[in-house]
Amino acid sequence: MKLVTRSLVAASALAMMTAMPAMAKTFVYCSEASPEGFDPAPYTSGTTFDASAHPVYNRLVEFKKGTTEIEPGLAEAWEVSADGLEYTFKLRQGVKWHSNEIFTPTRDFNADDVIFSYERQGKADHPWNQYIAGVSYEYFNSMEMASLIKEIVKVDDYTVKFVLTRPEAPFMANIAMPFASIISAEYAEALDKAGKREDLNNLPVGTGPFKFVAYQKDAVIRYAKNADYWGDAPMIDDLVFAITPDAAVRLQKLKAGECHLMPFPSPADLETIKADPNLKLDEQAGLNVAYLGYNTTMAPFDNAKVRKALNMAINKQAIIDAVYQGAGQVAKNPIPPTMWSYNDAIVDDPYDPEAAKKILEEEGVKDLSMKIWAMPVQRPYMPNARRAAELMQEDFAKVGVKVEIVTYEWGEYLKKSTEVNRDGAVILGWTGDNGDPDNFMGVLLSCAAAGEGGANRAQWCNEDFSALISQAKQTADVAERTRLYEEAQVIFKDQAPWATLGHSTQYVPMSNKVSGFVMSPLGDFTFEAVDIAE
Amino acid sequence: MIRFILGKLLYLVPTFLGITLIAFSFVRVLPGDPVLLMAGERGITPERHAELSAQLGFDRPIWQQYFDFLGRLLQGDLGNSLVTKKPVLTEFLALFPATVELGLVAIVIATLVGVPVGVIAAIRRGSWFDQISMTGALVGFSMPIFWWGLLLIILFSGILQWTPVSGRISLMYFFPQVTGFMLIDSLLSGQKGAFASAASHLILPAVVLATIPLAVIARQTRSAMLEVMGEDYVRTARAKGLPQSRVVGVHALRNAMIPVITTIGLQVGVLMAGAILTETIFSWPGIGKWMIDSISRRDYPVVQSGLLLIAGLVMLVNLLVDLTYGLINPRIRHK
Amino acid sequence: MSDTAVKLSDAAIRRRMLADFWFYFRQNRGAVAGMWVFLALVLVAIFAPLIAPHDPTQQYRDALLVPPVWQEGGRAGFLLGTDAVGRDMLSRLIYGAQFSLFIGIVVVSIALVGGIIVGLLAGFFGGWVDTVIMRVMDVILAFPSLLLALVLVAILGPGLTNAMIAIAIVYQPHFARLTRAAVMGEKAREYVTAARVAGAGNLRLMFKTILPNCLAPLIVQATLSFSSAVLDSAALGFLGMGAQPPASEWGTMLAEAREFILRAWWVVTLPGLAILTSVLAINLMGDGLRDALDPKLKRS
Repeated sequence: MKLVTRSLVAASALAMMTAMPAMAKTFVYCSEASPEGFDPAPYTSGTTFDASAHPVYNRLVEFKKGTTEIEPGLAEAWEVSADGLEYTFKLRQGVKWHSNEIFTPTRDFNADDVIFSYERQGKADHPWNQYIAGVSYEYFNSMEMASLIKEIVKVDDYTVKFVLTRPEAPFMANIAMPFASIISAEYAEALDKAGKREDLNNLPVGTGPFKFVAYQKDAVIRYAKNADYWGDAPMIDDLVFAITPDAAVRLQKLKAGECHLMPFPSPADLETIKADPNLKLDEQAGLNVAYLGYNTTMAPFDNAKVRKALNMAINKQAIIDAVYQGAGQVAKNPIPPTMWSYNDAIVDDPYDPEAAKKILEEEGVKDLSMKIWAMPVQRPYMPNARRAAELMQEDFAKVGVKVEIVTYEWGEYLKKSTEVNRDGAVILGWTGDNGDPDNFMGVLLSCAAAGEGGANRAQWCNEDFSALISQAKQTADVAERTRLYEEAQVIFKDQAPWATLGHSTQYVPMSNKVSGFVMSPLGDFTFEAVDIAE
Repeated sequence: MIRFILGKLLYLVPTFLGITLIAFSFVRVLPGDPVLLMAGERGITPERHAELSAQLGFDRPIWQQYFDFLGRLLQGDLGNSLVTKKPVLTEFLALFPATVELGLVAIVIATLVGVPVGVIAAIRRGSWFDQISMTGALVGFSMPIFWWGLLLIILFSGILQWTPVSGRISLMYFFPQVTGFMLIDSLLSGQKGAFASAASHLILPAVVLATIPLAVIARQTRSAMLEVMGEDYVRTARAKGLPQSRVVGVHALRNAMIPVITTIGLQVGVLMAGAILTETIFSWPGIGKWMIDSISRRDYPVVQSGLLLIAGLVMLVNLLVDLTYGLINPRIRHK
Repeated sequence: MSDTAVKLSDAAIRRRMLADFWFYFRQNRGAVAGMWVFLALVLVAIFAPLIAPHDPTQQYRDALLVPPVWQEGGRAGFLLGTDAVGRDMLSRLIYGAQFSLFIGIVVVSIALVGGIIVGLLAGFFGGWVDTVIMRVMDVILAFPSLLLALVLVAILGPGLTNAMIAIAIVYQPHFARLTRAAVMGEKAREYVTAARVAGAGNLRLMFKTILPNCLAPLIVQATLSFSSAVLDSAALGFLGMGAQPPASEWGTMLAEAREFILRAWWVVTLPGLAILTSVLAINLMGDGLRDALDPKLKRS
């Protein structure tokens, strides 16, 4: 008898195993790097968010697929008080938490989880603030949430009220960001009891479309469909991230059918991908900008006309061709064209070395020599800063400006470039965090961001511009905000603190069998809506 | 014998201290500030910078940081990665089996092929086999393995499509990590085809990594054999009319093995260096790649503790080789 | 009079030794072949500007990834094809020889001089000097060479010069150990004692009396290091820590070519073949040198 049961068990196990691959739909994503961890709050890289925040967790509000607009998430509805200081969220009911080997939830998602998720980041004395020694919450900090949120009030189990210290229109976009993912307070408690607090970062439990199954460091992450998902349940049963840092290898695996979709193809491979009948290629302008930032406090770059003349001397199309290898577009505004409030009416400075030369002469600039800072690393918005600098060096030589190219180790570069008396124009860029225009114009160009350690590397403080930006930040009405930002872009173009160089294009190659994938302007890779044809 | 071992161990203490000093100081003079890298394009105010540095302990005097490091080391604490915030030891242990598996298979291939080739080449000195195999060994010894790996990928994964491109096992298979060695775990899992899949993923990187040790071992075996075969007792044995196989098998081989074993042991350092390149080419999730990534990310604790662990390991293996050598060859002990 | 006689006989001895050396070296066919290849490499490196058909950094925008001339689509102007930005492969390979030889020479010189000085000091003085020095060498040797070189380059900053310095530092203990061992062996010999009795100073003893008698193993080690230096610097270049683009260093070329492995075999295959050939030639020569210099060293 015993023997019989055993073989029966074995047989059914075997049947399950052999049957599984045929029945279960497994979607394999060849991701570009290992996640740093599975708690989205302490980290800043998109790779980590793709592996944690997007599949496993939800936020109070979410970005609508393929846009930077906000839609309800764990909060079904919300109200903003007239003074813009109180945000009251009605929470969704019946949202189930995932379970895992050490945790079975006894209750649904509720207001306690929301408060827990925010307070652990904002309050230094919160018991979970330092659950890993030395952890810091970079996004919570840099989005100024600590000074913005005065308190979070639990009105009832399914109502929370955020009280702010000042009106802040980008707040809604901020809380849709991965760092604001809602984690389970009950799970934290269970981990605490088990003495395994750091597992909050290793074995995530969320409310998202996929349950975390296993992670094998630097190799593979596995997720399973969350059948109890409160939204539309995923079409696929298993989601696998095959970590493949090398772009050429990723492509090879995609071609071999070992994965269905990959991020960040090498520009050199785009032609082969387009030619492959088994693959398709989605493309979209990335939410980024690369620029050359003058130091507007130093002569002669304190003169807007000189800056404008130099901008006219740059052959931006040549940079797009040679540096981006075509995978980009010329930038005329400080924000990318996929962002709302992008002012398309603005006309870019023409490439005109002759006119540029004339203006420089009129302004009494003779025998100018300057430095151009070139980043030592490749960034999503700028594939090769050195090459871009060399091209600009040639361009500027044509208008009689001598250029010396300098570079520093990346960390040094980031720091030194914020120094107020920096000598030279700096090549740098920005990738948007939350799709809000303030995240570009406020962070990079406002008076508040100037000064040492700030992100305004042009040290450009224009009262009119800054006034528009801060007014827009305090206005809740999107149409009104759009008007203000459009106006700000006119001032920006006129004053030319930067030479806006380019926006890189994002490409996503995938197998023909894949349907339902929507590129995110924020550069996220999310798979709850994808399906694969057999 | 015990005195011999103790003496060896005592000798290692100052060397190990030297290693900690080098690992620590090298990493501290690395240009670049991890706090700045974390802040990225956003920039960071001097106040926040100071705050974060203090949190990570970078504001203390450098010698104090060194003693902190030593103190924690004694308690078995190697610090936390700045990037993943996880303990370095945990990360090391998660990745180490992959490297060990690769290295072990490589050294097994190198030994199983290299020793017989060397022996045959020595016995048939001057034959075509000798000439071809020794030329081959010299080519292997001169091989830029990062290129060799690419060539094999082009041939076997690209053109012939016999082997997968990268990874340790097909994603179809999913089973718990018991030992961390994919070959063993796949067998334990009992899943059909899992072992074959693991083996097919392992073979190319292992061959690439085995190339240089194989060449060295073959050359070393050949010359050790030649030397032994020239010695009086072997010649006597031959003169007595003992059959060739017995002369080679019993007398020559056993004595020739002593330097060969040393050579094999000394390949551990070579393997570690080779693993850095092999793992990079094959995206093999081991500690070689981990170290490279951590160096470029300025992940201080990982680089310094990783250096320490790797050097300690090489030292340990060398010690074992020394001891084995002492066991086989008692004369060494009394020197 | 007697002075010149001594000199003459000195020269005669040297000539005799050279003849001996050449006799043994010539018997090793591989070594001779290696030597010819190496000489060819040296000539190519020296006359690179004359031989190379193109400037190695000139980018021909209309000729991206052109295959070698014998393949379909090849062009006569680019015998071995072009790379991804339209640079002539042949010219880059030719100029690459300069890098490799230069790296080998510089690395070996630094490591050799450093190692000899350190080793002489340790071997000659013994005692705590010896202990300290050899412990430091042990520590350096405990790290896998490539890993230590990588960290050193990360400290010094990526680039050709720093890569060479790093590799030299990593190699230097081998020379130090060899020198020390040889010095220890020679120190007790009669001729050294005789020289000391005759009033030779320490420096003179170290460099003039002992050193020339320890040269054989050092020369062999130097050739070995030369080939390893070419390999290791290429590896550093491959990992992005050696010579920086657009330098036509072979390892760096390989690193840039990696993304084309399935599309353009020539950009991947040729630089590697160049590395292999030159390293092999040097190693062949090294084998011959060892056999010729010291039959006793005939090992491995």
